[in-house]
Amino acid sequence: MQLLPVICLVLSGLLARPLWADPVRIAVASNFTLPMKQLVADYEKTTGNKVSMSFGSSGKFYAQIMNGAPFQVFFSADQAKPQALERANMIVPNSRFTYAIGALALWSAQPGFIDTQLYTLRQGNFRKIALANPKLAPYGAAAAEVLAKLNLVDATRAKWVQGENIAQTYQFVSTGNAELGFVALSQIMSHGNVDRGSSWVVPAELYQPIKQDAVLLNNGAHSPGAQALLAFIRSEQARSVIESYGYQTP
Amino acid sequence: MSFSEADLAALWLTLRLASSVTFVLLLLGTPIAWWLARTNSWWKGPVASVVALPLVLPPTVLGFYLLMLMGPQGVIGQFTQSLGLGTLPFTFWGLVVASVLYSMPFVVQPIQNAIEALGNRPLEVAATLRAGPWDRFFSIVLPLARPGFITAAVLGFAHTVGEFGVVLMIGGNIPGETRVVSVQIYDHVEALDYGQAHTLSLLMIAFSFLVLLGLYGLQRKQASPMGKEH
Repeated sequence: MQLLPVICLVLSGLLARPLWADPVRIAVASNFTLPMKQLVADYEKTTGNKVSMSFGSSGKFYAQIMNGAPFQVFFSADQAKPQALERANMIVPNSRFTYAIGALALWSAQPGFIDTQLYTLRQGNFRKIALANPKLAPYGAAAAEVLAKLNLVDATRAKWVQGENIAQTYQFVSTGNAELGFVALSQIMSHGNVDRGSSWVVPAELYQPIKQDAVLLNNGAHSPGAQALLAFIRSEQARSVIESYGYQTP
Repeated sequence: MSFSEADLAALWLTLRLASSVTFVLLLLGTPIAWWLARTNSWWKGPVASVVALPLVLPPTVLGFYLLMLMGPQGVIGQFTQSLGLGTLPFTFWGLVVASVLYSMPFVVQPIQNAIEALGNRPLEVAATLRAGPWDRFFSIVLPLARPGFITAAVLGFAHTVGEFGVVLMIGGNIPGETRVVSVQIYDHVEALDYGQAHTLSLLMIAFSFLVLLGLYGLQRKQASPMGKEH
């Protein structure tokens, strides 16, 4: 009696499943968390395919992929790690492409703390400034480069606190433990606006472009779902979403 | 095996941190363990549970809340600021506070067990001989429960050396201040410097093994004379 609707539901669920029923597993650099969630939601809605997302630092994903992690697509925060995977024959040949070019912002959770003349930064009127570890994260390297161009490395170095990745750097600033810090513009931007605290979008000429590459991993070589997702990421629709989070697209 | 200057700084910092934490933990943990071992109060269960929380909580929970609480808007942060101390995250003493909370059960529980094993009798006898409470503690409890104290100190020290999640959340990776060995290893792995990561990791494995070996050796030695008494 009550079983019938359940059976119908299960059957309809089975029939509605797409050809490739298993979700595509993707590893995503933490700076791209917000846009990727939006992109995947759009993609799942239009295609009915499922995507399982893992977010973290590119270095950790690199180590995991080299050691057999089941990811099919890797969205790195830089070009170096996808290139290293390419050299190690871990990816489908010629699948590497730049999906986004990151932008850096100096941000404070306090309104009015950062002004366009960068008075606070230059005067050192703060206790701690957060940046991602320059050795590990491309956004950290870019932040260090900006401070060098502004001749502020020596003046600020004693106040640096370093996040392991850009997500942790954001966390240090958003909790107010560091009054200001260099974060990814994508983390503080939604729908084309920065809606919290105060910020300075760092001019692109102050740092090397943060090109972020994606690759189709060997695990995904025979997955139509993985290929469909990559095609979607390169589509006009996806590019406008990516740009609305402050990235440029190639 | 060779260590870079940054590796050595991380090792030295880790030793300083673990020693400070062990010292503070013995001072704080002993009265708590004493009370837990001897009380019949309704509060025993809740207090023992709070002390043991770090055993089951993910370190990220502890780290996340400490970051909030010790930050400028947090309760602890406002308190330390009102004392003119600034805020604790990203400082050596911030790590000490976090590690004391995190390693507390490893120190309290062995001491508590040792005191419970003593029973009331030796203390009652000492009291009839007019030994005061401090006298009873230093001349009865401390010598008889010594294995418990040694176990507590070793475990507290070793557990602090092995700490990672909490330090990562509130440390900020500052060389010589909060970049401990576990974080340094993580950095090496993230930067794909696997050679350096191996060197430090092998050292950690050797250290941990020797600590535990020493501890079990000690317990076996203590077990035989204790056994005769019963």
